[in-house]
Amino acid sequence: MIPSIIIYGLVNSVILALTAIGFSLTFGISGVANFAYGGFYIFSGFLVWMLINYLKFPFILAIIVTIGVVGLLGFVTYWVILLRVRGIPLSEVIATFALGVGILELFRWMGFVTYEFTLPYLKKGTIMIVGVPIDYQRLFIIGIGLGLVLFLYFFTHYTRIGLAFRGIAQNERTAISLGIKSDWTAALSLAFGSAMASVAAIVILPLGIISINTGYEVLLIAVAVGIVGGLESVPGILVASLILGYAQIITGTYFKPEWMMVVYLAAIVFILAIKPSGLFGKFKELEERV
Amino acid sequence: MKLRRERLDRGIKARCEDIFALSSYREILYLMFPRVLPVLVLLILPLLQGVIGLYWEKVLMNTCIMALLALSWDLMASVGLISLGQALFFGAGAYITGFLNYTFKLPPILTIPLGTLGGAFFSTLLLLPVLRLRGVYFAIVTLTFPLLLSRFIETTKILGGTEGMSALSPLPNIWVELYVPVFALLICLFGFRRLINEDYGLVLQGIRDNDRAVMSGAINIYWFKAQAIFIAGVAGAFTGAFMTHYNQSVGMAAFAMDYSILPLTAAVLGGVGTFAGPTIGAFILNPLSEYLRSVGPLRVVVYSAVLIICVVGLPEGIFHYLRRKYHQFERMVDIG
Repeated sequence: MIPSIIIYGLVNSVILALTAIGFSLTFGISGVANFAYGGFYIFSGFLVWMLINYLKFPFILAIIVTIGVVGLLGFVTYWVILLRVRGIPLSEVIATFALGVGILELFRWMGFVTYEFTLPYLKKGTIMIVGVPIDYQRLFIIGIGLGLVLFLYFFTHYTRIGLAFRGIAQNERTAISLGIKSDWTAALSLAFGSAMASVAAIVILPLGIISINTGYEVLLIAVAVGIVGGLESVPGILVASLILGYAQIITGTYFKPEWMMVVYLAAIVFILAIKPSGLFGKFKELEERV
Repeated sequence: MKLRRERLDRGIKARCEDIFALSSYREILYLMFPRVLPVLVLLILPLLQGVIGLYWEKVLMNTCIMALLALSWDLMASVGLISLGQALFFGAGAYITGFLNYTFKLPPILTIPLGTLGGAFFSTLLLLPVLRLRGVYFAIVTLTFPLLLSRFIETTKILGGTEGMSALSPLPNIWVELYVPVFALLICLFGFRRLINEDYGLVLQGIRDNDRAVMSGAINIYWFKAQAIFIAGVAGAFTGAFMTHYNQSVGMAAFAMDYSILPLTAAVLGGVGTFAGPTIGAFILNPLSEYLRSVGPLRVVVYSAVLIICVVGLPEGIFHYLRRKYHQFERMVDIG
C-alpha cells in the first residue's frame, strides 16, 4: 500500500507540475496573462488526434508538428490580442480567457465529445517497481515532467532569453532601457508556455480520453499550483505540485475518492489566508497585511 | 484649408446644469428622457403579449435576469473586484431556494427572499478569504469557485447530486413571471446608480482606484469590499432563486460557465462601471443569443468573439459612446 501511494503520488504530482508549468512560465515568470491555457492544451490533443486520424501522419511527426503549431499559435496570440491590451491586467485576463473558452466551446460544437478521441501511448507495457505495477507512459510522464521543470529552472536563471523573461516581469521599462525587446520577449514566453502546454497534453492525455471539461480543469490546476507555490518561482511549482499531488492521493485512498477535487479549493483558501503570495513567492503586491 | 474635429456640449446640456433644469419643460425632458424611456419600455413590454407573442416575453424575462447578473458584476467591478465566476451567486441562490422548497415545502413567496439573502450570505462567506487579493488574482480564484462547487455537488451527491432537485413549486401566474424581474431590474439599475454616486459609493470607487490610500484614511477596506460583494450577491442570488422557481428545478447547470460569461460580455460590451451599460449590453446580447440558440455551443463561441473584439477594439463600451452622442456634438472647424 505505502509504496503504491508513494509512486502514484509522485506520478500525480508530476502530472500536476507538467500541467502547470506552461502557465507559470508565461503568467508567473513573465507576467503575461495566458488564460487560454486550457484551450491550447485541449487544442494540442485534438490537433494530434486529427493529424493521426485524418491526415494519417506518423505519431512522431504529429507530435513535432503540433508542438510547433501550438507554439506559433501562442506567438500569434500575443501580437494579435495581447499587444493591444498590454499593461491592463484585467483586459488581458478577459481577452485570453475568452479566447480559451472560445476554442473549447468551438470543439464542443464541432462534436469532439465522444469516446473515440484518445491519443496513442508513447510505448505500451508495464514494469514492476518495488512490487508496484506502473506503465511506461507514467514513467515517461515522470521523466519528461521532472526534465521540463529542471530545464525551466536553468533556462530562466542562466540563459539570456530566460533572464529576459524574468526581466520584463520585474520592471518593463528598465528591461527596455537595457536593450531587451519586451514585446518580442513576451511573445516568445507565450509561445514557449503554449508549447509546454502541448507537450503536457501529448504526454498526459493518453491516460484517458480527451474531454473538453479537462480544459477548464487544467486552468484550475495551473492556478492552484501557482497560488500555492508562488507564481514566479520554479521550485515553488515543484513543491506545490508535490504537496497537492500527495494530498490528493492520500485523500483518495484513505477518505472518499470524491474529495480529491476539494483538495484544490482547501489548499487555495488555506494558502491565501496564511501566506497570500505563495510558499516561495516574493511578489509583495499580493500581500496586503497592515 | 485644414480642418480639425471639435466636440462641444450641446446647448440644451449647458442650459440644464443645476437649478436651471427647472427653467422649462424642454430642459426637464432632456434630462428625464433617457431615464424614463427604459422604465416605460420595460413596464409596457409585458403588456404587449398579444402582439409580440409568449416566446419573446420569455426572452424578455430571461434578458432581465441576465441584466441583473450583469449589474451585480458591474457593482463588484466598481469596487475593483473583477469576477470571472458570477455563476457562483446564481448557483448559490438557486440551490438554497431549491433546497428550501424541496425539503421544507415553503412557498415561492418565502423561498425566493430567503434564497436571495442566503445565497448572497453564502457567496460572501466563500469569498471572504480571497478578498485580500488584488484584481487579477481575485479574478482567477473566482473563476475556480463555480467549477469546484459543481464538482463538489457532483461527487458528494448532496442537494440532489447530478440529477438536481425537480418538481418544485411554480410561480403563480404569467404577470408575476414577467413583472418581478422587470421591477427587480429597475430597482437594481437605479438603486446601484444612486448608490455609487452617494458617499458610500465614493468609498467604493476609492477602493477601486487606490486602496492603500483609502486604508490610510482609517477605513477598513475589507469590510467595505465584503459589503459590496453582499449587495452584488443579493442581485445575483435573486436571479438564481427566481430561475429555480421558473424552471421548477435546479441542478448542476446552475453553476454553468454561461452564467459567468454572459454578464461579463454584457458589461464589457455596454461599458464597465456605468450600470446602464451592462443593461444595454444584456439587452443586445440576449436576444442575439436567442437567434443563435439553434447552433448550441457556438453561442458561447460568439460571446467569446464579441468579448475579445470589445476588449481589444472598443474598450469604453457602447454606453459611453451613446452618452457622448447625446450630450455633445461634433463639427469640423477650419484651422488653416
